Amino acid sequence: MDKHTLQAQKLSCIRDDRLLFSSLDFTLHSQQVLLLEGKNGSGKTSLLRILCGFREPDAGTVQWCGEPISGSGQYRADMTYMGHLDGIKKELTVLENLQFALALAAQASADADAIQNALARVQLAGFDDMPAHALSAGQKRRLSLARLVLAPSPLWILDEPFTALDKQGIALSEQLMAEQCDRGGMIVLTSHHDLNLPSTDVHRIRLS
Amino acid sequence: MSLSAAFFAIIRRDLLLALRRRSEIANPLFFFVLVITLFPLGVGAKPHLLQAIAPGIIWVSALLAAMLSLDSLFRSDFDDGSLEQLLLSPHPPSLLVLGKVLAHWLVTGLPLLLIAPLLAVLLGMPGQSLGVLLLTLLLGTPVLSLLGAIGVALTVGLRRGGMILSLLVLPLYVPVLIFASNAVEMAGSGLPIDAQLNILMAMLCMALVLTPWPTVAALKMSLN
Repeated sequence: MDKHTLQAQKLSCIRDDRLLFSSLDFTLHSQQVLLLEGKNGSGKTSLLRILCGFREPDAGTVQWCGEPISGSGQYRADMTYMGHLDGIKKELTVLENLQFALALAAQASADADAIQNALARVQLAGFDDMPAHALSAGQKRRLSLARLVLAPSPLWILDEPFTALDKQGIALSEQLMAEQCDRGGMIVLTSHHDLNLPSTDVHRIRLS
Repeated sequence: MSLSAAFFAIIRRDLLLALRRRSEIANPLFFFVLVITLFPLGVGAKPHLLQAIAPGIIWVSALLAAMLSLDSLFRSDFDDGSLEQLLLSPHPPSLLVLGKVLAHWLVTGLPLLLIAPLLAVLLGMPGQSLGVLLLTLLLGTPVLSLLGAIGVALTVGLRRGGMILSLLVLPLYVPVLIFASNAVEMAGSGLPIDAQLNILMAMLCMALVLTPWPTVAALKMSLN
C-alpha cells in the first residue's frame, strides 16, 4: 500500500456561535492512529465530520496526500467512515446490507466467499438471511465492522466504534485496527474507552 | 462498469425496500383513487361538468399524491445514516441520487399511471384524450419527483418540514400542472397539442439534467 498522509492545517470550527476548536494542526502518516479525546460536546464528532468532508471547516484546510479533500472522488474512495448511525437498513437482510455497501464503495471484486469470511470474522456467520431489524445493537455494530473488514481502505474514520460492543467485540475491533495499521493504513477515531493497541503509534489530541 | 453497478444497486435496493414496506406504495395511490372517486359524489349527477373538469381533477390529484409521497424519498436514509454512506461513495453522488429518485418514481409515480385510465373512464373522459392523459402523466410525474427531490433534500433535516416542503415545491409544480392538464383538455376537443407536449418533454429533460446537483448540495447542507 502506498504512503498516504492526512494533513490538517489551522482548522477551526464554530458551532452555534461557540468556538469548538481553532488553529488545530496535525499530520497523520501511514501506520498511525489518531485518537481524539475530550468531554461530551467538545467537538470530536464535528472534527470527524470535517475530516469526512460533510462539513466545511470555518477556517483551515484538510489535505489528503497533498490534495484538498473537498469534492475529491479519490479521497472518498480511500476513506471509510463509521459514525453514530450505522447506515444499516432494517428491512434488508445482513447479506443485502453488505452487498449494497460494497456496491457503493466501488469494490472491484467482493465474491460470496469474501463476504462469508467477513461475516465469520465478526461472528455473524449464519446470520446472512436475517433481516437487520432482528439484530441487537451490538450485532449491528459487528455488521458495520464487517464493512471495514471487506473494504480495507487506507483511512478509517471511526466515531465511537466501541459503543454497544461486548468485550469480545471490543477486542475484535482492536484487532482489526492493529491489522489496518500493519497493512499501512491509518485511523482517526474518537473513543471514551481506553485503546489497547500496544504495537501501534497512537497520537492523541485533546479537545477542550 | 462499477458506476452502473452502483446505480442499479441503489435502484434495486430501494425497490426491495418499497416491496418490504408496502404502505409506501399504497398510500399515494390510495389517496389518488380516493380523491378522484369522491369528486363525482361531491359534484353531483352532472356528467358534462365532470367530463369538462376531468383533466384538472386527475392532474391535481396526481400532483398532490406525488407531493404526499415526497417525504419518504430521503427520510429513512437520513434517519439511519445510509445517506451519509451514499454521499461518501466514490461515485458521483448526483448519479446515485438520480437512481434514488428514479426508484422513487417507479414506486410512487408509475402506479398512478397504471390506474389513471380507469379513473379517467370513471369521470367520463372521452376516449381520444386517454392516450394523451397517459402521455402527460408519463412525462410530467417524473418531473414532479425530480423537482420535489430538491425540496425534500432541503427539508429532510427539519423535524417538521412538511409545511415548508409544500410551500417550496408547489410553485415549481404549477407549470407542469398547467401544461399537462391543458394538453389533455385540448386533446378532448381534437385540437393539436404538440406545443404542450414539447414543453413537458423539455421540462423533463431539463429536470433530469439539472436537478441532481442542487439535490446533492441540499443533502450535504441537511447533513450538517
